[in-house]
Amino acid sequence: MALYSNTVMDHFRNPRNLGALADANGIGEAGNPVCGDIMKIYLKIENGIIEDVSFETFGCGSAIASSSMATELIKGKPVEDALALTNKAVAEALDGLPAHKMHCSVLAEEAIKEALKDYYAKQGLPFPGEEPEGCTGCCETCTLHE
Amino acid sequence: MNIYADNGATTKMSQRAIDAMIPYMAEFFGNPSSLYSIGQKAKEALEDARERVAKCLGCTPAEITFTGGGSEADNQAIVSAAMAGARKGKMHIISTAFEHHAVLHTLKKLAGEGYDVTLLDPGERGIVTAEQVKAAITPDTCLVTIMFANNEIGTIMPIKEIGAVCREAGVTFHTDAVQAVGHIPVNVKEQNIDMLSLAAHKFHGPKGCGVLYVKKGLPIYNIIEGGAQERGKRGGTENVAAIMGLAAALEESCENMQADCEKLVPLRDRLIEGLSKIPYSILNGDAVNRLPGNVNYCFEGIEGESLLLLLDDKGICASSGSACTSGSLDPSHVLLSIGRPHELAHGSLRLTIGADITEEEVDYIIKSVTEVVAYLRSISPFWHDLESGKRQHMIKEFWR
Repeated sequence: MALYSNTVMDHFRNPRNLGALADANGIGEAGNPVCGDIMKIYLKIENGIIEDVSFETFGCGSAIASSSMATELIKGKPVEDALALTNKAVAEALDGLPAHKMHCSVLAEEAIKEALKDYYAKQGLPFPGEEPEGCTGCCETCTLHE
Repeated sequence: MNIYADNGATTKMSQRAIDAMIPYMAEFFGNPSSLYSIGQKAKEALEDARERVAKCLGCTPAEITFTGGGSEADNQAIVSAAMAGARKGKMHIISTAFEHHAVLHTLKKLAGEGYDVTLLDPGERGIVTAEQVKAAITPDTCLVTIMFANNEIGTIMPIKEIGAVCREAGVTFHTDAVQAVGHIPVNVKEQNIDMLSLAAHKFHGPKGCGVLYVKKGLPIYNIIEGGAQERGKRGGTENVAAIMGLAAALEESCENMQADCEKLVPLRDRLIEGLSKIPYSILNGDAVNRLPGNVNYCFEGIEGESLLLLLDDKGICASSGSACTSGSLDPSHVLLSIGRPHELAHGSLRLTIGADITEEEVDYIIKSVTEVVAYLRSISPFWHDLESGKRQHMIKEFWR
């Protein structure tokens, strides 16, 4: 079996919603260069709806595919849906990720939450969702968070 | 276009090696330990192969042990020298920080058993000097194990000089020559080598077959117990067909070595020159003292696995030292050992070209890598931060 599902490869080769969004009103980022992946999510929210969304990613194939899929899952949806998006939903929509790549779907969820937080902050509203967990240093060999 | 540029990982078998193997699978399949003629025929072939391998390495046939590959040979060499050292109360081993894991993990195990291990720093050039070795030797040193050429960045160590330092101090010297044999001149006598490991599949021979050379008089300890094969030093029925393939591939590589080098070095340098034009890129390892087919680059702001996947789409097979391709979460220990920061090591690319490559293919690789790096940077928030000054560039801007 190949490392990645056909869906992962499709989103990696033909990323949806790629690039910066000029009129975004919520921008969030997750990851760091030392760990080798950063995802940046741009949101344009109007009347409680994700009118537009885009991403930029530094990372491996599954990181690019996870961010692409995550944007697809929330585009045109109510903000509540975006707040409720889980990494599991991203991984499932991609027809699965290898165990050591689940981290990429976690980053996608986190980047979207960060963008939503930014949106609420800019609106002067309290963030209604759960705080993004952030990196827990769960990667065994990672010494960054010591 | 389809270009295999990962000869450091493994090589395509040569027709000569395949042809040498087939009779020992189809016809003379006998066990070399058996008395009847097809067994004895296999035994004769085995001893003939041993003689030919010895000739290529500059030693005697009795100093050659066939193993199940390079890693096994490394394990056996190191454990043998360590055990011999312990018997004399010497438990200090010197190696380098950028050895192959077959060496590093064996040393880690020995460190857990009470051995004292010193890992020398290869510095930014990726070369350990004889002076460094000399300075590290103590009266307790029982082994110096230093690779002939690095598997990732292709740098070549001054093996003869290191061997001379070890001889003078009376310390056993082992070299993991898996990347060197068949590609650059190796002669154990001339280069003062006491123990050497090699693997057939790195020079167009079969996988799962290697050699351990041990200088006459030095003790070898078994790591695979079994019958009396290989003078009792390596149990298990000999893989005669693979050994025949190994011998044929080694002879062929040694015959072609000079011509291959003359062809490969200019093409390697063309590749290096072409990739150096990519902004914020840096060659890993010394530009001159390196294997004829090895090119290893780091590119700022991108990640290696996505680079490999997109190159694969363009028909180019290569490898990377990024965490996502190393199977761990840290990038290559080799790149870290020469001082590349994590952020930069994630964006590495190793191209190991073979003598069958053409200039046109090299130019296609340059074009493809340039395009893919530019695309990945265009979608990378890390690269955008580097460009906007939000984060600092790691590579000084030497390019025009």
